Amino acid sequence: MPNAYLLTVITFLPLAGSAALLLLRRDDHAWIRRLALVVSLAEFVISLLMLRGFDAASPFYQFEERRAWMLSPPILYHLGVDGISMFLVLLTTFLTPLALLASWNNIEKHVREFFVMLLVLETGMIGVFFALDLFMFFVFWEVMLLPMYFLIGIWGHERRIYAALKFVLYTMAGSVLMLVGILWLYNITGSFDLPVIQGLLQSGRVGLAPRAELLLFGAFFLAFAIKVPLFPLHTWLPDAHVEAPTAGSVILAGVLLKMGTYGLLRFCLPLFPEASRRMAPYVATLAIIGIVYGALVAMVQPDLKKLIAYSSVSHLGLVVLGIFAFNTISIEGSIYQMLNHGVSTGALFLLAGMLYDRRHTHLISEFGGLATPMPVLSALFLFVCLSSLGLPMLNGFVGEFLILLGTYGHNARWASFAATGVILSAIYLLWAYQRVFFGGVTAERNRALPDASGRERVILFTLAAVILWMGVGSAPFTRRMEASSQHVLNQMLRPQSYNAGRSAVPAGTAAVEKPAAPASLRGEAGNP
Amino acid sequence: MLPPNFPPLEDIFRLAPELVLCVFGILIMLVDPFIPRAYRGPTRTLALLGAGLALAAVRLPAVHQGLAFYGLMRIDSFSVFLHAVIGAVTVLVILGSSDYLKREGLPSGEFYALVLFATAGMGVMASAQELVTAFIGLEMSSIASYILASYRRNAPRANESAMKYFLLGSFATAFFLYGVALVYGATGTTLLPQIDRAAANPTLLRLGLGMIFIGLAFKVAAAPFQLWTPDVYEGAPTPVTALLSSGPKAAAFALLLRILVTVVAASQLWFWALWIAAALTMFAGNLAALVQSSVKRMLAYSSIAHAGYILVAFAARNEIGTAAVLFYLVAYALMKLGAFTLIAHLGGEGERRLEIDDYAGLGEQQPVAAACLALYLLSLLGLPVTAGFLGKFYIFNAALKSHLVWLAVLLAVNSVIAAYYYLRIIVVMYMRPAQQEWPPLPIPAAVGLVLLVTAAGTLYLGLFPGIVMNFAAQSALLLR
Repeated sequence: MPNAYLLTVITFLPLAGSAALLLLRRDDHAWIRRLALVVSLAEFVISLLMLRGFDAASPFYQFEERRAWMLSPPILYHLGVDGISMFLVLLTTFLTPLALLASWNNIEKHVREFFVMLLVLETGMIGVFFALDLFMFFVFWEVMLLPMYFLIGIWGHERRIYAALKFVLYTMAGSVLMLVGILWLYNITGSFDLPVIQGLLQSGRVGLAPRAELLLFGAFFLAFAIKVPLFPLHTWLPDAHVEAPTAGSVILAGVLLKMGTYGLLRFCLPLFPEASRRMAPYVATLAIIGIVYGALVAMVQPDLKKLIAYSSVSHLGLVVLGIFAFNTISIEGSIYQMLNHGVSTGALFLLAGMLYDRRHTHLISEFGGLATPMPVLSALFLFVCLSSLGLPMLNGFVGEFLILLGTYGHNARWASFAATGVILSAIYLLWAYQRVFFGGVTAERNRALPDASGRERVILFTLAAVILWMGVGSAPFTRRMEASSQHVLNQMLRPQSYNAGRSAVPAGTAAVEKPAAPASLRGEAGNP
Repeated sequence: MLPPNFPPLEDIFRLAPELVLCVFGILIMLVDPFIPRAYRGPTRTLALLGAGLALAAVRLPAVHQGLAFYGLMRIDSFSVFLHAVIGAVTVLVILGSSDYLKREGLPSGEFYALVLFATAGMGVMASAQELVTAFIGLEMSSIASYILASYRRNAPRANESAMKYFLLGSFATAFFLYGVALVYGATGTTLLPQIDRAAANPTLLRLGLGMIFIGLAFKVAAAPFQLWTPDVYEGAPTPVTALLSSGPKAAAFALLLRILVTVVAASQLWFWALWIAAALTMFAGNLAALVQSSVKRMLAYSSIAHAGYILVAFAARNEIGTAAVLFYLVAYALMKLGAFTLIAHLGGEGERRLEIDDYAGLGEQQPVAAACLALYLLSLLGLPVTAGFLGKFYIFNAALKSHLVWLAVLLAVNSVIAAYYYLRIIVVMYMRPAQQEWPPLPIPAAVGLVLLVTAAGTLYLGLFPGIVMNFAAQSALLLR
């Protein structure tokens, strides 16, 4: 089988690349950049191989690799991919070379370490999307924090240390509780393997007491909600985005935030359907507040990067809303919107970074009338803005439309509130665009700014092409997501007897029919 | 001819590591006066040889398991495991301290002899199955440690440290001994397996067990008996701090564990004490560590916090918890030994470079040292692919197996608090420019070896814990 190790190769190729980078001389910057770029491009090409053998009709995990890693407790090396994770991995491998290219000239110190961190980060992110063992998922989820922490903390802007610490502590606060949740789930089901746990829960062989299910849902949800970030847990995001170097912001907005929404789809909904349904109104309320609040705050930001950061809060709120509307169309829209947001917001951060490279500021008031000195850059900026605000024919529209359509079927009021976010996004993006690019050149020093260089054009036209393609030809994407998004909903179904028998289970504990050899308590003195 | 009543040869084999340590300790003391002070080689070689042989001699009790000396000691895979850990710790401490002693101009003969004697005491504690034997082991290791803590006798801090350690340590052993006396009064025996059967006076027994718990809680620095720790750890020579924070602690935990598992009365009585002590210890260590400005003192507080984590596994009182404790002791010894050895080296002459701010720019000046320290700190923090993470993972698992959900949540909260101060050191090392020129310090070969072993061990156990964990799980099963 040629595909037997495909996922392992995709996961660890960047890590191997970063090890290779360490063999190069420290000051040999040209070759360090070239090697990093070659590795990330090779990674992208190899990740495209997934498309070749991928069966779009199958909702199950494909290219699975399953080996024992540790024996007690039983932890597997288990990788697999479905229609949801495949596209997120492709997004990761697509954005990483672009982020690398964007950092070609603007990293001044520790060049080698920067690219090492970027490639390690790529391995971490891909691992999160591929891992099907909860322990493994957690390992990647946490390991990925470290390179991001260094990216922000070493190569960031003025308040970088504060932002880096805030980012790590926020994420860790959520994820440690998730670890408790994972282990609790293990002690109930006797497994860390996601498909096994899913099977046990879905068949009703192992039941969760309502209170336990709610607490477990909370433990997982909190970690993901912080990552998304859902209002009111979003406060780390503007700091991290603004202080991170361009490549860091691109990866952060493009991929890292999606890990939260991915987690909701992969774990919260299928494993804890009852709790998800019970909490859906509250989650949706927070999501809607996030949509409107994020947009309103974005509108008044004087700082371009902060504006984009708050727009992420707004857009991701829409994605969460789509997920918690529990129907195929909205979930498919959410997955699609995750990709769109990755591409569009990634592009916006790249553009903001390009302006920063020229002027070393993100303040909108410092710019004005930039369309005159740099026509190409401003045209592409407009294109990306339009995609982000959801203009028909461009990618953002497809996702937003699907989410709103699906949500309307579920709850018309949610959809109508959420739709205001679409309008508001047009206001803040176009207003910012107008202030930066239109009119006469306001500051004399902006008159001589160079237009997009060859390298920048490569980055931007690639992104523009993808934006257009995802806008007019969404079928190749959605066709491969459909089975998986339907499957998420199927996994939420539980047998009839399940609910009937639940009330008999004492709260806080679980009825386990077939416990996987738990070592008995000594003296059986559980509650003295 | 052997005298009558000479114990059988098997018993001698079962005590082999301790015998080797004591013989070499005495040998060093005998040889030392005849060697000029400038020559440090011979005593160091003897000490390394002794510790290495003792580590190798663990093989003998491993083969000849069983009761020794009329049931005073019990050699099972649990005690073998701890002997291996303690032996390895001693080898690494001796390796890490030789350059320190030379730099500080301290005499080396007594130092090594004391380290070996302390190790022998810890070994006795790990295999004792009788309370008076345990007490002898406790005193052997404690008295040697008191002297070691005051080894820099010209430094005022060191004297304060030793005095505090001595007074509070004696206090603790007095508690322990009084507890032993009460237990004997209540049951007429000091043999652990017989205590449950012979309990004639349950109140007196409870009182005695409570006293023993307090004595041992002092030794492992569990709250509210942890107050001595930061001062002692800060004042002691850093290689001694490395030893104190790993060896005696492991031995005291081993004794606590053996009593807990063997004596059912203790396991019932101590549950809430363990629960509360665990919660208090975690918070006491972590909250105080947040505001420290000295790296050494911060790590002292962090070791209090880690004692709290280990107590969480104690409170779980199941075999997974026992295995988790054993694994954690290994992981913890690796990271603490590495970190303190590195701090001893970076401190420079007279240990002047100890403030966190002094570490600014270390990532550029000494990338290898900074990377190692970062690794230890991340392991202490509990980030995946380090031994510290898996140790914490097993503790979580044990706690949840016993439905101690809230204790697990408290542990989770503490992990986040701890992340702040560990990351702070990393921030300073990598993200702040140097404020002061420090002379470059090449890492001596012996220290380099310690760093290599501990760093590699931390990473290896983080990825493939199987070897240690299987052994720990097996020991835990056979402990009852």
